[in-house]
Amino acid sequence: MTELRELYQQVILDHNRNPRNFGALDNADRHKEGYNPLCGDHLHIYLNVDGEDLITDIHFDGSGCAISKASASLMTQMVKGKTAQEARDAFERFQSLVTSEMDTPVDLEEVGKLAVFAGVREFPMRVKCATLAWHTMKSALDGEHDSQVTTE
Amino acid sequence: MTVTVAQQRPMISPQVGQTTGGGLDVESIRSDFPILGRAVRDRRLIYLDNAATTQKPRSVIEAIERFYEEDNANIHRGVHLLSQQATFAYERARGRIATFINAPESSECIFLRGTTEATNLVAHGYCRLRCGPGDEIIITHMEHHSNIVPWQLLCEATGATLRVVPIDDEGVLDLKEYESLLNDKTCLVAVAHASNVLGTVNPIRQMSDLAHRHGAVVFVDGAQGAPHLPVDVQELGCDFYAFSGHKLFGPTGIGVLWGQHALLDDMSPYEGGGSMIQSVTLESSTYADVPTRFEAGTPDISGAIGLSAAVDYLNRFGMEAIAAYEDELLEYAHQRLADVDGIRLIGTAPGKVSVVAFALADAHPHDIGTILDMEGIAVRTGHHCAQPLMSRFGVPAMARASFAFYNTRDEVDALVTGIGKIREVLGG
Repeated sequence: MTELRELYQQVILDHNRNPRNFGALDNADRHKEGYNPLCGDHLHIYLNVDGEDLITDIHFDGSGCAISKASASLMTQMVKGKTAQEARDAFERFQSLVTSEMDTPVDLEEVGKLAVFAGVREFPMRVKCATLAWHTMKSALDGEHDSQVTTE
Repeated sequence: MTVTVAQQRPMISPQVGQTTGGGLDVESIRSDFPILGRAVRDRRLIYLDNAATTQKPRSVIEAIERFYEEDNANIHRGVHLLSQQATFAYERARGRIATFINAPESSECIFLRGTTEATNLVAHGYCRLRCGPGDEIIITHMEHHSNIVPWQLLCEATGATLRVVPIDDEGVLDLKEYESLLNDKTCLVAVAHASNVLGTVNPIRQMSDLAHRHGAVVFVDGAQGAPHLPVDVQELGCDFYAFSGHKLFGPTGIGVLWGQHALLDDMSPYEGGGSMIQSVTLESSTYADVPTRFEAGTPDISGAIGLSAAVDYLNRFGMEAIAAYEDELLEYAHQRLADVDGIRLIGTAPGKVSVVAFALADAHPHDIGTILDMEGIAVRTGHHCAQPLMSRFGVPAMARASFAFYNTRDEVDALVTGIGKIREVLGG
């Protein structure tokens, strides 16, 4: 467990340096902008969802801290090929992980790769960095038409 | 919880030899600030977020405690002894603070919640009566949101126009442009004494003289000026000067607006309530003289007393000595930081106060803040309530180390080492 207390895990640093699914998706059928005015994290989520509610493609771009970028990158990997509902469920699991008490055991089976974000729990100010991409994706899936999602 | 200081870093013990600037005995000063002895994440606290708020010396904490233990009562309204003592202490605090900024009269110092409330009071009490469509308010590009938004609200309400003085790449105000913006329609100039991000000290005397030629008044946001510089409101030549107690080693919730008596006397009340009246009937009221007219309700009595204790504490050393020490420390910090690979120092105006904003290649300020925090180093990261300034320098956010006279060269060294750690953690 001690290694999960580390905020800057190797996986996070790797996704920060080499974000996956990074860049605009030209033919996206959904797009949403997320902004955290507190720290200036700013990203765009691009989605393609087919008739069966399956996320066939998801990309992101923008600028932000290592935590927000890695979180967005891992999220795109995780929800691609999943149904919209599965993505929403993953968001819920992720949110309860990063907002849980520091000594709550992490259910690796349930959160999978996202366990690397367990260290965020020790830094409450950084929870919004970790969840910005997820909030933005959820809002895009829900088809909310506000121009911007903000975590403030 | 007992906090112990782990021995992971050598204890900070400034040698007397390194603290010659201003002749301050920084080791002894540090021992006056109880919080500086605590640990953060098992490291000794290195507090470099003084522009956000400063730490409090024991004498301030004790003054507040003593007031509640011995003198607590409401002021200006009781004939009993405690009320008299509390009133005396509150008014004595006003006097001490007036002397600190060389105000001609202590009644010109109004106790408010802080610089933000002072700005809003001037916008409402002074400008609303005088500004209309076609009139102009001048601010600068380096202002804190608290010296932007009240003027925007004023302009929205009155139809006045906001003009902005640009700055150059070093963070110096463009005085030529300022001069050309001034005209007979200018109602008020609102400017920071010192920038909370760039550290730039603005030429208030010169700006005031120029403004006065056009009949405009000058409001100075002294939130970052008063903690670092000797303030003499008569020498500055401005019309209003505001500052916050908590940035001046005093408590939160208290601040001061100084204004020229004639201007204050001509201002309408901002908030109505008890204390600020002369007489009240159910039909109408007449208002008290300054400063009480602007202190509706029970004020922050213990806050004023705490702030006065902070001023007494600063007077032990003198602001000149404090400024001289900080100048040396700032120069050292600039030298050390300039050598860091990939750093960009933002704000390099000559004569700036001890605030160092910076950006690092490939590291977001939020990551910088967290990694330094893991080393026990407190810096501010984000937009610093100065989003227009972030845009001016083309960054979404910055990191900022801001020094007080209890900071040391050892702490600058720790900051530089901590910044090295950022690269180590983030890789690159």
